[in-house]
Amino acid sequence: MADTPARIAVRRTYKLYIGGAFPRSESGRSYPVTSSRGTHLANAARASRKDVRDAVVAARKAFPGWSGRTAYNRGQILYRVAEMMEGRRAQFAAEVMAAEGIGRPRADAVVSAAIDRWVYYAGWADKITHVLGGANPVSGPYLNLSEPEPTGVVGVLAPAGSPLLGLVSVLAPVITTGNTAVVLADEHAPLPAITLAEALATSDLPPGVANILTGHLTELAPPLAAHADVNALDLTGAGDLSRALEESAAGTLKRVLRPGPADWTDPDPGTARMRPFLEIKTVWHPTGT
Amino acid sequence: MTTLEYGPLDDGPLEYAPAPEARSIVAIRPSYDLFIDGEFTEAKSEERIVTVNPADEQPLAEVAAAGEADVDRAFTAARRAYEGVWSRLPGAERGKYLFRIARIIQERARELAVLESLDNGKPIKETRDVDVPLAAAHFFYHAGWADKLAHAGLGPSPRPLGVVAQVIPWNFPLLMLAWKIAPALACGNTVVLKPAETTPLTALVFAEICQEADLPPGVVNIVTGAGDTGRAVVAHPEADKIAFTGSTEVGREIARAVAGTGRRLTLELGGKGANIVYDDAPLDQAVEGIVTGIFFNQGHVCCAGSRLLVQESLAEELLPRLRARIERLRLGDPLDKNTDIGAINSAAQLARIRELAEAGANEGAEPWSPACAIPERGYWYPPTVFTGVAQSHRIAREEIFGPVLSVLTFRTPEEAVTKANNTPYGLSAGVWTEKGSRMLWTAARLRAGVVWCNTFNQFDPASPFGGYKESGYGREGGRHGLEAYLG
Amino acid sequence: MPDTVPGSLRAYLHGLPGVDEVGVRRRAADLATRSVKTTAKARAIDLAIRMVDLTTLEGADTPGKVRAMAAKAVRPDPADPTAPPVAAVCVYPDMAAVAAQALAGTEVAVASVATGFPAGRTPLEVKLADTRAAVAAGATEIDMVIDRGAFLAGDYGKVFEEIAAVKEACGEAHLKVILETGELACYDNVRRASWLALHAGADFIKTSTGKVTPAATPPITLIMLEAVRDYRALTGRQAGVKPAGGIRTTKDAIRYLVLVNEVAGPDWLSPAHFRLGASTLLNDLLMQRAKLATGHYGGPDYYTLD
Repeated sequence: MADTPARIAVRRTYKLYIGGAFPRSESGRSYPVTSSRGTHLANAARASRKDVRDAVVAARKAFPGWSGRTAYNRGQILYRVAEMMEGRRAQFAAEVMAAEGIGRPRADAVVSAAIDRWVYYAGWADKITHVLGGANPVSGPYLNLSEPEPTGVVGVLAPAGSPLLGLVSVLAPVITTGNTAVVLADEHAPLPAITLAEALATSDLPPGVANILTGHLTELAPPLAAHADVNALDLTGAGDLSRALEESAAGTLKRVLRPGPADWTDPDPGTARMRPFLEIKTVWHPTGT
Repeated sequence: MTTLEYGPLDDGPLEYAPAPEARSIVAIRPSYDLFIDGEFTEAKSEERIVTVNPADEQPLAEVAAAGEADVDRAFTAARRAYEGVWSRLPGAERGKYLFRIARIIQERARELAVLESLDNGKPIKETRDVDVPLAAAHFFYHAGWADKLAHAGLGPSPRPLGVVAQVIPWNFPLLMLAWKIAPALACGNTVVLKPAETTPLTALVFAEICQEADLPPGVVNIVTGAGDTGRAVVAHPEADKIAFTGSTEVGREIARAVAGTGRRLTLELGGKGANIVYDDAPLDQAVEGIVTGIFFNQGHVCCAGSRLLVQESLAEELLPRLRARIERLRLGDPLDKNTDIGAINSAAQLARIRELAEAGANEGAEPWSPACAIPERGYWYPPTVFTGVAQSHRIAREEIFGPVLSVLTFRTPEEAVTKANNTPYGLSAGVWTEKGSRMLWTAARLRAGVVWCNTFNQFDPASPFGGYKESGYGREGGRHGLEAYLG
Repeated sequence: MPDTVPGSLRAYLHGLPGVDEVGVRRRAADLATRSVKTTAKARAIDLAIRMVDLTTLEGADTPGKVRAMAAKAVRPDPADPTAPPVAAVCVYPDMAAVAAQALAGTEVAVASVATGFPAGRTPLEVKLADTRAAVAAGATEIDMVIDRGAFLAGDYGKVFEEIAAVKEACGEAHLKVILETGELACYDNVRRASWLALHAGADFIKTSTGKVTPAATPPITLIMLEAVRDYRALTGRQAGVKPAGGIRTTKDAIRYLVLVNEVAGPDWLSPAHFRLGASTLLNDLLMQRAKLATGHYGGPDYYTLD
């Protein structure tokens, strides 16, 4: 009797997430990702400048449709993302454990917080206009209304060191208001970002609303910051590149959220991460017969 | 009883006799110093600039051009005032100073209006009916916020930022000063403000008003000068926040300079506003709105409706009416109460307008201007309408900042919106239609910070103003404007 | 033309461009800031005097009152023969003969209201008889009222037919059609009523009877001036405009002239195409005229009260 051969596990290939598809990097390159203890985990796709360009094109294409949806619908889709993550808890927890070097209970807490963050921002989708908009009492026979609108395509540099909760905490506030995003994942811990992309792809989020790139920040961030079709930048994960990227963003007067102290565990982060990516539009109309 | 000679009872145009506003209400000093720490003080820099009346090219006064040392003194005074007095004053008391300033602006309204028209070249009817009353209104409006900032939706205990550097343009000198200083002070900041090189005089009268109001020294500092002074102001390390209104080019420079410093920045920059007229527009009011949109303040307006997008099915009916209306515009002496179009602010701006208009003609667009007499002295440009303009023409893309309208046509609402948004700018837009749903549909799709529906160029201190895209960031006015001055 | 297809009158009138109330008020307010001084003012005052339809429309009107007013119309300022006569004297039909007699041989016209003025709530036959009687008594200008009830009920055809019939009854007399804008509810209706009256044959469109508040206002007059301007561009026929009621001061009158000048154009700056329906206005014009001539203000005691 021959021994039953041990089953060979099917390994995952980690790819990019652009326009709702999962391409390998256009350059065909990858880079090794290790755990916090230095163990090889997988190879991640190493995105190129052209991938940045493709991601911006996809985000721009998705913008009219996504921003044109009702806020209620966007909220529902963000809630759906939470549902999809809930179903993959174990996978997320394992990746967070490996990436952050933490034990199961803490990783579970991180995953729970990340899921709850989607729920939190799902609820904001149709509240933010109440809070930031309103009628202005002008001195004349006019109706004057101000409303927040999404600014457009936002380049998001996800924070280093919090590859799931930090990532969700910067992505969800950008897209809940109708922006589309090009996210540069935590360079050294990109795997949870791609798993998140897989959850996003199965959660009714239209293609191109969130695009996630893995690779070297020094290679990807400058073309993203200089891209004229990007309206705003979240530099949370920019590190030392922050000043140069902000300078570059000035070329087309992008809105910039500078890196600042961040506590990803706060369950109520408020409007601070939504406001920088909103434009206030004010509409006047005469009132008469 | 003597009688005047009335002449024959002929009929014909009603010629309005010259109706100049008295200039005597203004006493312009030959020379002005800087306003630092509550006093007019001689500049250490020996450089001076001469401000001229653009309507006759005669010098009005000489003002100091502040150098780095002068700017430094201004920031020192502003910091001291911030820490010693202003940030400690209860909001209610700060507000009272702003109320005082508003009242004094009203009391000296005629003087300010005449002075502004002399220095800027804009018609007295605009300075009298728009610039000065709105400047007073901005102080009134913001005065009331000073003790209510916790209710502005920016958190329970918003804090001032500190010392604010402000640089303003020449198109609405006093009004832009009010847009900058009123919210900054209401929120508890102190200010170093640089007025534009060609229009410093009302800011210097405003300095007198601060003295008259007994505003604590150093809360407002006015440093006059040209580009170098402006650069020194925005680059000063003591500036916690920079607020700039002006060209997109300079705005870019400032954004680069501020990068990495952590200092807050708001920018109100250029525009190329689209004024969309659908074929069901209230036609006569639309004609008025087009005229107001581009010829108000000689077109020196960042939110001007400089691109007229008219539905092709209406163009033939609209354009003759527009021309007939433009023929009634009265160009001339800014101090004449019947003047609609005043002088171009400077020789440099006139050259820029001419260059772009020539480019328009060379690229194949057709210019038209009414027959109107241009005064011999001074800087003037006649109201001009270009038809046959394509999206690719420079006059459809670049900000002219003058009385030059580019007319384009469209067939469908989708095309109108696409053309309107096809610009790096995003400050203002107009929509003219009697159909409510189409108006709302269009307004929702325009990428512009201010959308005027069946009206144009309306301003109010309660209404936030500011742009999308390369027209800048941040809002001025209203509850939203406070965010720029609170942390 | 609006009356060639059944039902097309409504489609035509409702197809006219809308009027934005805030915009038209703003334009009128802007034009009210025009400053007309010195020689321009002197000329404007004389023009305004020549445009006045000096009016008395009271139940208590008597032949004596009408004769006195006629005398004033011909020579408004007894102290100053250079003061021009007014355009017309405007009376009720039963006083038309008195006015015609008093004004015989002068250049002042006799205008009579007719058609059951001011409410117009009489049968068409009565309106036509009223008109014919006034013309027969010597009126060369008829100021009719439209049927506002029919207009507001949407029965534009009835309003149109009545105006056309009255026009025919006028014969050679000029027809001014009073829209009574104070009862038309909105500016869109002022524009529609103006075009309706013009197409039906009005020589003039007139704002008000003077019996309803508000009477003439600058925005309403502005809309009517746009209508005659555009109507001439369309048809070649130049009709006139007459604001009436509430115009009391020289300042008011000059503001109306500015409206005429800048909205319809200089072609309308003549009594042939613009009138001011007023009574007390005349004395103020005369006082201002004398002020310009003498340099000092006069007082009401120096001007006749007829």
